[in-house]
Amino acid sequence: MSLTSKLHALRPQKKFKTKISSLQKKEALWGLFFLTPWIIGFIGLYFFPMVASFVFSLLEFNPTVPDQAAYIGFDNWRRALFEDPEVGLSFLRTIRFSAISLPIGLAFALFLAVLLNSKNVLGSQLYRTLFYMPSMIPLVATVLIWNGVLNEQTGWINIIIQNLTGIQAVGSTGLRWLADPQLVYLAYTMFGLWGVGPAMIIFLAGLQGVPTELYEAAEIDGASWFQRLGKITLPMITPVILYQLILNVIGSLQYFLAPFVLNRGTGFPEGMTRFYMVYFFKQSFTFQNMGYGATLAWIMFIVGIILTVILFGTAKYWVFYAAEDKE
Amino acid sequence: MTQEPVAAPAPGHRRLSRKVQRVLATSLITGLTLLILFFYLVPMVYGMFTAVKTDGQFSKTGAPIWPASEATFNYQGEDYEIYLVPIEGQIKSMALIKKGRASSTFIDPADEAAGPVEWAGSWRSLERSWEFDPQWENFPDAWNTINYPNLLKNTILYAVITTFGSVVSAALVAFGFARFRIPRKNVLFILMMSTVILPGAVTLIPTYFFWLKLDLVGTWWPLIIPAFFSWGTNVFLLRQFFLTIPRELDEAAMMDGANPLRIFVSVILPQSTSALTAVALFHFFYAWNDFFNPMIYLAGHPEKFPITIGLTAFNNLYAASINMIQAASLVSAVIPVLIFFFAQRAFMQGVVITGVEK
Repeated sequence: MSLTSKLHALRPQKKFKTKISSLQKKEALWGLFFLTPWIIGFIGLYFFPMVASFVFSLLEFNPTVPDQAAYIGFDNWRRALFEDPEVGLSFLRTIRFSAISLPIGLAFALFLAVLLNSKNVLGSQLYRTLFYMPSMIPLVATVLIWNGVLNEQTGWINIIIQNLTGIQAVGSTGLRWLADPQLVYLAYTMFGLWGVGPAMIIFLAGLQGVPTELYEAAEIDGASWFQRLGKITLPMITPVILYQLILNVIGSLQYFLAPFVLNRGTGFPEGMTRFYMVYFFKQSFTFQNMGYGATLAWIMFIVGIILTVILFGTAKYWVFYAAEDKE
Repeated sequence: MTQEPVAAPAPGHRRLSRKVQRVLATSLITGLTLLILFFYLVPMVYGMFTAVKTDGQFSKTGAPIWPASEATFNYQGEDYEIYLVPIEGQIKSMALIKKGRASSTFIDPADEAAGPVEWAGSWRSLERSWEFDPQWENFPDAWNTINYPNLLKNTILYAVITTFGSVVSAALVAFGFARFRIPRKNVLFILMMSTVILPGAVTLIPTYFFWLKLDLVGTWWPLIIPAFFSWGTNVFLLRQFFLTIPRELDEAAMMDGANPLRIFVSVILPQSTSALTAVALFHFFYAWNDFFNPMIYLAGHPEKFPITIGLTAFNNLYAASINMIQAASLVSAVIPVLIFFFAQRAFMQGVVITGVEK
């Protein structure tokens, strides 16, 4: 390898379409050998299934009677986009839920990171571990534990609220977190707070990467703590925030776990939790409409791309790239 | 971020010394953190308390929030219920030995010799006395009801096999990306990273159909095999790490006549234990947590369920047994949480590499 790299460095850089030396060829072959698991995986698990998924979306297809599969052109797409109201509704529910849970989750992660990065916290390492720990609990268990603590009769959340504020929170006339359409998204958001660990330590690493000279300069200029936070800390970690935002947006499009664990995807209460992914699952696996399911999946994929592009597009207005010196 | 804003001193007063400011700020911020942490972990304490409650405690009014049962007292060979009785200006725990409409007879369990005491008033207006009584047997009960040994066996097998597969394949691919000149390598790398954010649903249906055709739906194969074909995040993490290993080490081995495979095994891998550990942990936790894939591929095969699906099925069947559900949930969390406590350093470093450096 060393020899080939030196040769490569000496020679004027050419497009590799031109003659490839046998050494380079050998190196490339070795490289491809190591990439084999990924190449097979990419073709077999991503590329081919994606194409096939698109083909499926043009079929009327039920795997229990595969012989009756029929090509129906873009009927599935027309149905999903214009005729089936549940597609739009479930998508809207997903958006409404994300509009609550995503900002709260990210803000909480960022808040914890700022707090734990403060020099004024004693035992920061310990808190980091403890705030992270619930992220390690299997999500199903998290949902069940929160389902208990939010129980309107016996859950502690209502008992605490009632004792602190005096509001009638306990009981069937109180705060019915998981049965009240007004509250259920908040309840689901709370489950999410227990998964805040990874975002928290990623933000924390971002905060620790902010050059201290900036703070020293600001302090000399007499900037207050809040000014420093708003003018230095937050702008400096906006690239990390953007990345987390994209991951979370894509993730929330696929939100499905809590509704499945708590009510098997019935949408309780009042259909509020029949999110897009839940509807996708119902169509594909409960009703076995796999052609239609593939269409729904492709729509989700396209929406995901559009959202990612939009987020990247907004980046130039709010994301601050200071050090473009990598590589 | 060195100090918190402290209330500005009134004019005329001397400025607070820096030391006092620091102490104030430290106690303020630490106090705030502790308070948030307390509320953050309340559900966990709830889970622990609830897991060891008796079945009856949930439906009784006046029951405390800690695990308790209604106290009784054995008097002359019979159990009597203990009530909180306002007597002689204080509230005493007394056993009710004879119920009456207008007045009842009580005995003080602490002072049996004092003999029965007559108390005027309706005993129905009194509250029961509760005593701390954790039902530790709820854990083995939940363990047996949910058939934990089997769920645990399935989950561990799944997690260990796929962790092995994903670490080996990711390391091979990462080595390829880190060390070799391959035509269009950047395109390939971007392609690989874009699969990271690809929604799983878009490939799910043909994949499911594929396994269905092979008659492997209802087995573990559809869950295990894909792990051996390397996932983007894992490759990314390992590649970043391999790039930091000096090439001189490879070159020295090469001089000794080692081929790339040999260099990979005896130079790169031994240098990378921390990154390999992080990837292994990622995948282990992923597998332990996996819900959607087992739900789809193992539906209707309870003997093959992993913990997540078993727990969900348990919740659907025994929704009324609040204590059992909490006990079962906690048990499912023990292994990942323990591993996390022991390996948190390597793990968190891995999270940071994949999260920040992209």
